[in-house]
Amino acid sequence: MDEKVLIAKRVALEMKSGSLVNLGIGLPTTVANYLAPGLEVYFQSENGIIGMAPAPEMGMVDPNLTDAGGGFVGAIPGAASIDSALSFGLIRGGHLDVTVLGGLEVDELGHLANWTVPGKMIPGMGGAMDLVSGAKKVIVAMQHAAKGKSKILKRCTLPLTSVRRVDLIVTELAVLEPTDAGLVLKEIAPGVTVEQVIAATEATLIIPDNVAVMPVSDAVATAAAV
Amino acid sequence: MNKATNCTKAIEMIPDGATLMIGGFLGVGSPHRAIDELVRQGKKNLTIIANDTGRPALGIGKLIVAKQVKKVIASHIGTNPETQKQMIAGELEVILTPQGTLAEQIRSGGFGLGGVLTATGIGTTVADGKQVVEINGKPYLVELPLRADFAILAAHRSDYRGNLEYALTARNFNEVMALAADHVIVEPDHIVPVGVIPPDAVVTPFCCVDYIIERSN
Repeated sequence: MDEKVLIAKRVALEMKSGSLVNLGIGLPTTVANYLAPGLEVYFQSENGIIGMAPAPEMGMVDPNLTDAGGGFVGAIPGAASIDSALSFGLIRGGHLDVTVLGGLEVDELGHLANWTVPGKMIPGMGGAMDLVSGAKKVIVAMQHAAKGKSKILKRCTLPLTSVRRVDLIVTELAVLEPTDAGLVLKEIAPGVTVEQVIAATEATLIIPDNVAVMPVSDAVATAAAV
Repeated sequence: MNKATNCTKAIEMIPDGATLMIGGFLGVGSPHRAIDELVRQGKKNLTIIANDTGRPALGIGKLIVAKQVKKVIASHIGTNPETQKQMIAGELEVILTPQGTLAEQIRSGGFGLGGVLTATGIGTTVADGKQVVEINGKPYLVELPLRADFAILAAHRSDYRGNLEYALTARNFNEVMALAADHVIVEPDHIVPVGVIPPDAVVTPFCCVDYIIERSN
């Protein structure tokens, strides 16, 4: 299975019916493709819609209905359009159940850095700082390493997005949960060993007696993706 | 009172060096004809307060490419490499602000408040130089209000009095900016007779709007 598909499938298992969810640009957006059939999840896009849906077919898009990346999207019946102040009121005010964001680095404190590489990449934080500070649950969905270097560190080296501790980190190798005691290895990917995860991680991991294997299934997820 | 005017006259009111709030999110809900007219009239040394700087050939990005801007306050400039280039070259001052904080700074500017307290940015570089206040044991950043000389907004429909309706995600920052500038210019898709937009459908009330740009110039 493709690494990014595996991550998206595992994150999709965290979604609960009735949740309001904000998916970041890139890998997090693909989580919507792998939701279990029948699950009723509502998507927010911070540029001003709750009840976002996939884009309609070509020729039927509305140029005034886009996601936070500027791409055309659709809306479910019963969707609501809102202005930026209300959109971030939902985010900061505890009305957003889950946000899924990509990451450049995460550390043992559960701190996330994902908005800038000083001197190299200065796109701005957009809504990321508000999302991490305000969402009820923050899930980081990212590859375990970049250019062979672990992205899960003892301490972040890049400027932080927030000092709020994220709730879950999902990579192609493992599911990690930041706790008061440190990063707990909750799950390993199918075919991966605990030792491999430890070797691929700069941060010190807490290893429980039993580490589950990610309950992702090729068959179910492929069906949902079609 | 009929507030309709043409695009050229509306933009002629704006002096060089003005601070402008411009609505839109990556060009969606931006006043595109007004931006083109700002470029055509060659306004200089502008300060732009907006969510983002569009793309090089889209929306606010055109003002950046034409080097008409000296300062930008925005949440995201990643879709316009020209903004980053001018920033790194020291030609353009850029203040990056979390999107929700930016919306609240504008809202507090328009709502007559002395600023807002937010947990967003605590412990990050956004907090540098800012006052921190503790409320019920939790730290908050003091974020100050923002105002502009002119707000240039897009709307879906305006009546001739200036009551505004927006379309879907084209609403974004337009709604809060309508209260936060000394002069408010609106570029609607359609202008309709007074009374066509029922009171419950009005999002921005007419008292906020000074000038309505007509469809034809």
